[in-house]
Amino acid sequence: MTEPLLRVRDLKTYFVTEHGSGTARAVDGVSFEVQPGETLGIVGESGCGKTVTSLSILRLIPEPPGHIRPGSFIEFEGRNLLTLEPRELRAVRGNQIAMIFQEPMTSLNPVFTVGDQIAEAAIVHQRLSRRAARTRAIEMLRLVGIPDPEERVDHYPHQMSGGMRQRVMIAMALVCHPKLLIADEPTTALDVTIQAQILELLDRLQAELGMAVMLITHDLGVVAGSADRVVVMYAGQVVEQAPTAALFARPLHPYTEGLLASVPRLDGPPAREHGRLHGIPGQVPAATAWPEGCRFHPRCPYAWDRCRAEAPPLLDAGGSDPGTHTVRCWLLTDPKRRTPHP
Amino acid sequence: MTPALVDVQGLVKHFPGERGWLGLGRPRGVVRAVDGVSFAIAPGQTLGLVGESGCGKSTVGRAILRLIEPDAGRVTIDGQDVVTLGASALRALRRRMQIVFQDPYGSLNPRMTVHQMLAEPLSIHRLASGADAERRIAALLEEVGLDPGFADSYPHELSGGQRQRVGIARALSVEPQFLVLDEPVSALDVSVQAQVLNLLADLQQRRRLTYLFIAHDLAVVKHIADHVAVMYLGKIVERAPAPALYARPRHPYTTSLLSAVPVPDPKAQRQRIVLTGDVPSPAHPPSGCPFHPRCPHPKKDTRCRTEPPALREVAPGQLAACHFAEQPL
Repeated sequence: MTEPLLRVRDLKTYFVTEHGSGTARAVDGVSFEVQPGETLGIVGESGCGKTVTSLSILRLIPEPPGHIRPGSFIEFEGRNLLTLEPRELRAVRGNQIAMIFQEPMTSLNPVFTVGDQIAEAAIVHQRLSRRAARTRAIEMLRLVGIPDPEERVDHYPHQMSGGMRQRVMIAMALVCHPKLLIADEPTTALDVTIQAQILELLDRLQAELGMAVMLITHDLGVVAGSADRVVVMYAGQVVEQAPTAALFARPLHPYTEGLLASVPRLDGPPAREHGRLHGIPGQVPAATAWPEGCRFHPRCPYAWDRCRAEAPPLLDAGGSDPGTHTVRCWLLTDPKRRTPHP
Repeated sequence: MTPALVDVQGLVKHFPGERGWLGLGRPRGVVRAVDGVSFAIAPGQTLGLVGESGCGKSTVGRAILRLIEPDAGRVTIDGQDVVTLGASALRALRRRMQIVFQDPYGSLNPRMTVHQMLAEPLSIHRLASGADAERRIAALLEEVGLDPGFADSYPHELSGGQRQRVGIARALSVEPQFLVLDEPVSALDVSVQAQVLNLLADLQQRRRLTYLFIAHDLAVVKHIADHVAVMYLGKIVERAPAPALYARPRHPYTTSLLSAVPVPDPKAQRQRIVLTGDVPSPAHPPSGCPFHPRCPHPKKDTRCRTEPPALREVAPGQLAACHFAEQPL
């Protein structure tokens, strides 16, 4: 087994709420690993702690109100990111670990050309001259498939479409050839056609550059085609973790099951033949008051007394390779209770 | 066959093109946002209107309700001509046709409570007041699956899904027959999207509503539409009953849109047609078939570059605007 590129252990990121009256436990004991060169999908609804997890890795959590609790551990290539000095951290951020965000419009600076914005990281981290950085920016634009890169390099973000801006974001993130790219909902605001283009681009770039990707999304349909492994998050915790094929073949947590049933499918029955979607009832509870016991029990179709009283640990789902498929659900101890979906 | 509730013929909406430096100077050319769109929707049915950003689908929805004035074409709702209607008659008709917007963050007034937002249309259209209005507001909230306790909440206190339910309740408050749903679930998480789609299907059945459902995702549309129209650069390029369109799409653009939908199955081996590039600007549409620069059809030839294909019936009830519709991809 190779050494993981990124190791997150028992990460707890809490926020003091506005009125100082409570603590939002946005990320509450999350552990996972990213291997070099792999794509890890992180899936869950809004409010499950996916984005806070990724911002914690880059230490971009505003303090206060947020803080990463003592005992949390984030190791990147053998170094604990949580104890790095600001200067050392800056050398990692944007250089070895890069991030792209959901909103390509608001995460680009409207008053600089896209070329300047791509070149900036190369100038700061790799000490390229302005001229060399500009050449690099044109190369990057070509790499992400923007036509006429020599001309586009001098354009401003508002002159580009949503899909092109997302390509520019990717070019910015990849200019220093990071070892890990964190992509937070990179396709959520885009048309399905542009989404397909961006996902294919990420796949191709990953193969060419050999980087690892953390793909964060609420849509299991998006990770199916590109992730090697999937971490499903709910209420600040990991509730299921498995290789992609195993997760889709045998989703074991009722939350994963619900997320999968929510995805509109082309191979489902048409509307008039009761093509109803089996969504998940209710919504993610507030992070200031996670439910007692299993945090999913109020929305779970199988919940019984034990789920309401006792919080389940991550249990091994068996399978050929122990520890690769883990599930935070009491059903694993009592499979007979998994009756057909009510 | 029942007469259509909504009938749109030859709808056209052009916008003036981009102006020069700082928006001064003459506009250059016109943007043909909607360029001769026709369809009909029978009572109680749903037409899914699908296409990428910028294809004109939202403009169609708004022009039908005359939220923007169409330049040409005929729109009738329940036999009444919408385009020529005077201001007061239009206001009266608005009671029967409503719209739900995509952005549940931008389309609700942040200074109004849910209760105020639902009470306003009732009083404007003089439908209910006093205790009667209270009863109706409570019933509306229940119907869209919101706890009556939310009546005193402001939009910022609600989640995206809850806001979209408020948007739907507001549209329903005046008891319309026809709803334009403009990307109502595109901004929501898949789990919430499923809840809202199910809600819309239930409401349609209960109230016998007619929907124009605008979306960019054909998988979403499959769960709600009886008929589907696919738009590209201001024109309908394919229109068919939903089962026919999903079983055998005739236009290569429809095929491409279908293949772009992510499939939640890692074992699915399928041929992906990834369209290259963006939608061309409707200010400078390509010559001939507007789709030809991006078209993946192996047979495309000079005819596609020079001769715009007409929307014609290729199979019973199925219309497509492609020279090679008989040999689909």
